[in-house]
Amino acid sequence: MKTESQSVTAFKETFNHHIEDLDTTPGWWRSMKREAFDRFLTTPMPKRKDESWRFASLSNLSFAEFAYGKPPSITNAQELVEKSRILEHQSGSFTFADNQTIDAEKASFELQKKGVIWTSLREAISRNGELLKDYFMKQEANLGSEKFSLLHTSFVENGALLYIPKGVEVEYPFVSYNWITGQNAAVFPHTLVIAEEFAKVSLVEAHFSTTEDVGALSCGVTHLFAGVGAKIDYTLLQNYNEETLGFQINSNIAGKDATVKTVSVNVGCRNYRSETHGQIKGAGAHVEMLSLAVADKDQEIDQRTLQTHSAPHATSDLLFKNALKDNAKTIFSGLIKVDDGAQQTDAYQTNRNLLLSKTAEANSLPGLEIEANDVKCSHGATTSQIEEEEIFYMLARGIPKEKAQELVVYGFFEEILERIEDEKLKEFARSVIQTKFSSK
Amino acid sequence: MTTTTTQIEIDRDKGDFQYPEQHKYDAGTGLSEKTIDYICDVKGEDDWIRSFRKRALKVFESKPMPTHWATKDLENIDFDKIRYYLADGQRASRSWEDVPDDVKETFERLGIPENERKFLAGVEAQFDSEAAYSNIKDAVAKDGVIFVGSTEGLLKHPDIFRKWFGKVIPTGDNKFSALNSAVFSGGSFIYVPPGVKVSHPLQAYFRINAENFGQFERTLIIADEGSEVTYMEGCTAPKFDTATLHSAVVELVAMPGAKIEYITVQNWASNVYNLVTKRALAHENSVVKWIDCNIGSRLTMKYPGVVLKGRKARGEVLSIALANDDQHQDTGAKMIHAADETTSNVISKSISVGEGRSTYRGQVHMPKHLKGCKNNTECDALLINSNSRTDTYPAITVRGDDNSVQHEASVSKVSAEQIFYMQQRGLSEGEAMSLSVNGFVNDLTRQFPMEYSVELKRLIELEMEGSVG
Repeated sequence: MKTESQSVTAFKETFNHHIEDLDTTPGWWRSMKREAFDRFLTTPMPKRKDESWRFASLSNLSFAEFAYGKPPSITNAQELVEKSRILEHQSGSFTFADNQTIDAEKASFELQKKGVIWTSLREAISRNGELLKDYFMKQEANLGSEKFSLLHTSFVENGALLYIPKGVEVEYPFVSYNWITGQNAAVFPHTLVIAEEFAKVSLVEAHFSTTEDVGALSCGVTHLFAGVGAKIDYTLLQNYNEETLGFQINSNIAGKDATVKTVSVNVGCRNYRSETHGQIKGAGAHVEMLSLAVADKDQEIDQRTLQTHSAPHATSDLLFKNALKDNAKTIFSGLIKVDDGAQQTDAYQTNRNLLLSKTAEANSLPGLEIEANDVKCSHGATTSQIEEEEIFYMLARGIPKEKAQELVVYGFFEEILERIEDEKLKEFARSVIQTKFSSK
Repeated sequence: MTTTTTQIEIDRDKGDFQYPEQHKYDAGTGLSEKTIDYICDVKGEDDWIRSFRKRALKVFESKPMPTHWATKDLENIDFDKIRYYLADGQRASRSWEDVPDDVKETFERLGIPENERKFLAGVEAQFDSEAAYSNIKDAVAKDGVIFVGSTEGLLKHPDIFRKWFGKVIPTGDNKFSALNSAVFSGGSFIYVPPGVKVSHPLQAYFRINAENFGQFERTLIIADEGSEVTYMEGCTAPKFDTATLHSAVVELVAMPGAKIEYITVQNWASNVYNLVTKRALAHENSVVKWIDCNIGSRLTMKYPGVVLKGRKARGEVLSIALANDDQHQDTGAKMIHAADETTSNVISKSISVGEGRSTYRGQVHMPKHLKGCKNNTECDALLINSNSRTDTYPAITVRGDDNSVQHEASVSKVSAEQIFYMQQRGLSEGEAMSLSVNGFVNDLTRQFPMEYSVELKRLIELEMEGSVG
């Protein structure tokens, strides 16, 4: 008990230092953070019996030992900026290393003239306060990570803000690169996208580590707001090193006739918890939630999803595919919730797990809660191995078994990868997956 | 077309009656060690049962309500107002003549003719918590089949039943299995010797007939090597104003190569809490099949399970649930794979009518070091009215070598085109709806014994009456 209160006192001190460093930021920003931190302290840690943490290993979630203070200066900034060039064409980019902006490519003058805002969170706090007051952390975390969401609000200091005014369509994606470099660093990637009526935009978020074996914490939040008829295309590529503890709490709101597509490619982290909430608030909206994960060694990838249908005539489609090697463990827990007014809903949820070792463990909790009767809803979950017949053709042609299995896995993921629009990004995602198989 | 109507006409009130209560033994309301001493004294039970019950009471008291995942409706159960034991002092009677007249009348009104029962292999009918009537057909007894009540089973055949009693479902499995272990009475204990194939299904009908009185049947069926048995459990209950509690524990043990089929048609009155733990232990090459239909009760929580302990064992759950206004059918299945090449199959169909809510909860578990296990789960939900509700919460864990699991679920409504087509041919909307719903469950009911599928079809028709309009 005594040690616990000591650690709380120490953590309070850490937070106070963090706030003191922000003395140039507006008062509302600091008081919002203080409030979040107070709630963080009183919110309990996830417990073994919590349904939203079922099957998860809670012993690895300790976040206290990380370095929350100011990071040492980034020595290899230029190298990181060079590495942060995945796409051929982009409308703008940010490169962050341990929460610090090390590179920024602004939106074109033409886009700025149309009213597009592409700015770092740090700048937005003083320049775009009104926008942040309306949209910053306004989508509640309700899939189990409330405490980590509050931790994020308490310590977040940078990130990317993208605002697209009514009717503006942007051709190339905006990109936000987030690097972890320091020992025991704690990073809080934040992405906020607001697309007004009939706006169209895409954004890519990438999470990388510079080292192979240095532990770190990443606690990220991404919120997308798609107004009437707006289109948002979002891709997250997570390839932290396998010592990282990661939380990614994503949520999107789709207004009337809006289209939101989210694709996640998860490869890294020791323990990774991802939460994705698709909130359908307008009639006729269409939301796609796609994800692929390759887990190996002792990795644990814990995915929780929620599709909330509050408006009629909307569709949502979820597909989560996981391949597991070695002693890896994955959890997929999804829920489709259809409110009583949401008639003519079409909602689908599919989870496919491919076990590539005898000791890997795949957990699947696909759920439905339906309160409207005129709906088409279904979910499917399968877990299986690669069947001998599937690779027989390749074996017969002299392809070694390991290679043949690898090719089957690549094929397994193509269904997700082909939904990534940008060709370069698609290629990059493929290569990231392939490193998981060549690293042996 | 009116002929269709006459076929489905059933007087619902027939199951809705009550006789004056004359219970010789009544433990009063509430639950304490005294209640347990009372039950043990009345039943003349051995000391080991008494201490088993008392230990269970402590477990029951220590366990919280499972409301962190289950419905809050459980909090409305007032354990202090429940009578935990009463019996009319009869030992299970052996011949039809010994059965009291009012009990006979109960069967009459349930529509089970005396003659029909005489053809059945064995009938164990339960009136309140003590078996009021028990009749094992000579042929079955000659084969060495033991078919008795729980009290008699533990007293007269402890060598057979004590070995497995409380082993498939331990006392501490959940709060309600602990409650049952503390106060159980009634239920059936069955032992089928090796190689015996019981040709006729063994049946038990039971009824609740006392207000605020919970039934705590305890059933244990042991099918020895290579034997086969089918057990049927069906129930109707009169309606009461205050809630009644029904919390049974059913344990099945299928020895190598044995086959057990357990069939339930549950139609408790709509104020009954039906919180049941059912689990089977399947040894090598054995097959256990649960057929479970839930039509009645206020809240049913029941997830029949099979622990597949022996190589090539197979477990199956076929489940139909119908939830009408003020009803919540929270049902499902558990398949715990614990040996190589075990297979399991779960097919669940639910229908929610009016403000009814049906929930599927499932668990499939394949631990590591197992090979060649397979599971298939399908759950389909049909929603009739715009305020009907359905939920699905499966949990699937797979590890190991060459194991595979597939789970599929869908939610739909009765197609408007179908209804329109039938109405064009002169059926009323209600009849069309009832036909359509029966079609939805037809592929399952076909697998049921004939009399049960007929009974079920009628029950669905009854429930669908007035659902449209």
